[in-house]
Amino acid sequence: MSESSARSGAAGGAVGRESTAEQESRRLTVFLVDDHAMFRAGVRAELGAHVDVVGEASSVAEAVSKIAAAEPDVVLLDVHMPDGGGRAVLDAMRRSHPQVRFLALSVSDAAEDVIGLIRAGARGYVTKTISPDELAAAIKRVADGDAVFSPRLAGFVLDAFASRPDVPVADPELDQLTNREREVLRLLARGYAYKEIAKELFISIKTVETHVSNVLRKLQMSNRYELSRWAADRRLV
Amino acid sequence: MTIGGHDRGGAITAAVTPPPARRLYRPRDHRIVAGVAAGLAEHLGLPVLAVRIALVVLLGFSGLGLLLYAAYWAVLPQQVSIDRPPERRDYAMLLPFGAIGLGVVLLQALVFKDNAAGTIGWLIAVVAVGAGIIWHQSDPTRRGHWTTTAPQAPWLAAVVAESDRRYFLFRFIGGGVLVATGIIGAVAVLAPTGSLSSVFNGVIFALVGLLGVGVVAAPLLWRMFNQLRAEREGRIREQERAELAAMIHDQVLHTLALIQRNSADIKEVQRLARGQERSLRNWLYKPTASPTERFAAALEQAAAEVEDTYAISVETVVVGDTECDERVAALVAAAREALVNAARHAGVQTVSLYAEVESDELSVFVRDRGAGFDLSGVGDSRHGVRGSIIGRMQRHGGKAEIRSATGEGTEVRLTLPASRESVTAGKEPAR
Repeated sequence: MSESSARSGAAGGAVGRESTAEQESRRLTVFLVDDHAMFRAGVRAELGAHVDVVGEASSVAEAVSKIAAAEPDVVLLDVHMPDGGGRAVLDAMRRSHPQVRFLALSVSDAAEDVIGLIRAGARGYVTKTISPDELAAAIKRVADGDAVFSPRLAGFVLDAFASRPDVPVADPELDQLTNREREVLRLLARGYAYKEIAKELFISIKTVETHVSNVLRKLQMSNRYELSRWAADRRLV
Repeated sequence: MTIGGHDRGGAITAAVTPPPARRLYRPRDHRIVAGVAAGLAEHLGLPVLAVRIALVVLLGFSGLGLLLYAAYWAVLPQQVSIDRPPERRDYAMLLPFGAIGLGVVLLQALVFKDNAAGTIGWLIAVVAVGAGIIWHQSDPTRRGHWTTTAPQAPWLAAVVAESDRRYFLFRFIGGGVLVATGIIGAVAVLAPTGSLSSVFNGVIFALVGLLGVGVVAAPLLWRMFNQLRAEREGRIREQERAELAAMIHDQVLHTLALIQRNSADIKEVQRLARGQERSLRNWLYKPTASPTERFAAALEQAAAEVEDTYAISVETVVVGDTECDERVAALVAAAREALVNAARHAGVQTVSLYAEVESDELSVFVRDRGAGFDLSGVGDSRHGVRGSIIGRMQRHGGKAEIRSATGEGTEVRLTLPASRESVTAGKEPAR
């Protein structure tokens, strides 16, 4: 477990700005959606110290009805489930419950899964190998309305928004990353925590979060032609 | 009673079992055309010559000899001789029989002029020979396949089976000849007087007949076609399943067994699990690229080797990709050395590796959050850093920068400007 303690130091730093008093007064409510009961039990045990797990579901239909009733702060969402998976839950819930935030959690780190869930409305994507402390930090960040980008996701986004001369840019506001956003993403991909990024670029942590949220918005809103095509193409490269 | 019943049952069973029959074969040894005559002669205990002459003479009876020959040819299995290769056909032997046959046919034509029954017999004989040729052109395995897919009508499967172009062409020509023969025959039989209108009528009748056959056979053909297609899809699925099963058997089960045996050794278990996870991921999600050809694949392989050797995990993110050349290989080697250093000295479980390919340069970052070190304290004796990283990058026109402080981890930044020549030279052979 030396891994988790080594990494929690970094991840915890970014969340450190939250006052402990605030945490005490209101614990976050979390809902688990995963078709593996073993995995749900494991996550529930790991997160018990940090958040309140208010419910769990093993299928899309169950998730849709139970999330509507429980109204949690954050839903941890599995990507692959037998009856449609994370996308189906997101499609069903996004309109009716905009206040519920979704964090995708999956063993798959295939580009099409990652990009697909983010575009469907998830505010972040982490893999199931994440340490419990990092997961708790990610949940807090998502609950605050920020985005959670793993290094791999940051790499995918950089790849998707890579400036290719042959692709026309329809909307410069949405279809391109600013230099600053690109820098932030590069540092994320290099394994930097938000605090370290802020230090490296001489900006505040809040500014780093703003950049990451902007990137998330672009990723979700941009109609850039290659963005939808890209994930499929990547398999063939 | 019960005993008697048993006895009777036993007797019935014994009676049902036939004695080993003397099978009729077409030998490959003494054949002139297909070995039918030789096979018949051997079976009946007659001289081969007598059978051959009988068949040729039978030609005179409305082509009965030809019809019989075709029928036997179709139904008799070929005798496979194992011990020696079959003799070559002696085509010179065909000549006398051909001459006799021609004589018989001419004689028949002279004696009975133009009788319809004779013509019909000949037509049937010609059609039978055509069908026989098609049947025998297809190889035995394919025929066995038809029989399994459509036991009630293997010949139908032969017609609708998806096969290669040669068979299609052959079938097309064979079918065309048969249809043409049928039409001409119908015309000739129905219009012996030779008046044009009755010829047309004959053709129309023939077409109507063909249409009728088509209408009757179409649903059957369609069903057969679908069956064959479903069967083919099933075979492909089965193949995929076998591949998956082989992969699981060779890798996953093997790894699980190793994990059980090494369950006391946490580091070893982690190493095994990571290696297996990586190989499964590659199998599931990634196209296979050769590490000697592509930059990203080479980096991923280097990271995998370090993961395996030092039981750490390397979080690899590569943006973009390029062809591998000597300079790129040097960059990968330097990155590998940086990973090894991090694995050995940092004392952490995770190392980040990030690489980006841009139009003007390649950059690689290796970062850990481990012990770190004081750069001024590194002596000249440390070949790992001086020679393998900094020196190697400089030799190839790149740059290596190391940032570290005690307790804050280390980051190695490697950059290599993309030289136009090397990029284009690397790309052209591939395109």
